[in-house]
Amino acid sequence: MTAFLRLAMLGAVLASAGACVTINIYFPAAAAEKAADRIIDDVWQLREGATPGAQPDPEGGAK
Amino acid sequence: MKPMTIFRAWLATLLLGVAGLALAQGNLEIDTPAIAALKQSMQQRHAQLAPLYASGAVGIAADGNVALRDASGVPLAQRGQVNALVAAENADRAALYREIARANGHPEWEADVRKTFGERWIERAQAGWWVQRGGNWVRK
Repeated sequence: MTAFLRLAMLGAVLASAGACVTINIYFPAAAAEKAADRIIDDVWQLREGATPGAQPDPEGGAK
Repeated sequence: MKPMTIFRAWLATLLLGVAGLALAQGNLEIDTPAIAALKQSMQQRHAQLAPLYASGAVGIAADGNVALRDASGVPLAQRGQVNALVAAENADRAALYREIARANGHPEWEADVRKTFGERWIERAQAGWWVQRGGNWVRK
């Protein structure tokens, strides 16, 4: 193992670690869309495919 | 150390980095008490807003807000109440976008969060609701 190779590898590790730190500065658009959808599901009660204002299933309703 | 061992260590570090990156990209923190309270408040208000979306009195604006679109179908006596509903909803939405950005340690993301929500509210709006596209109101 030459000193040069060792240095090159250290550089590569530092560069990839640096990329991980840097990436979070950019807005994570895909994650934000997922987060938005989760919140919209809750606010508009869209989970379980139910549409607000639709007739609730009499059998699925609360007793 | 043998070069092969160093290479493996390097590869492991790289993979760990990629995994961390994927994790960081995977989710935004939205489970905070402040966000839960805002969601709750908006969910309760939605019962009053839903008929207004359906009638077209209130539309889903492109900027992540809701807006009074056509008050003509709303009786005069109730217009003040509709305005108050729209204002309260938009105040909650502004707080929501700010809180999400803050909860993720990037207050400067607020405008991006708002933009993303603006697109998603419109995308998820029900058929028959009015949404803003390219500056115009269109009925979904």
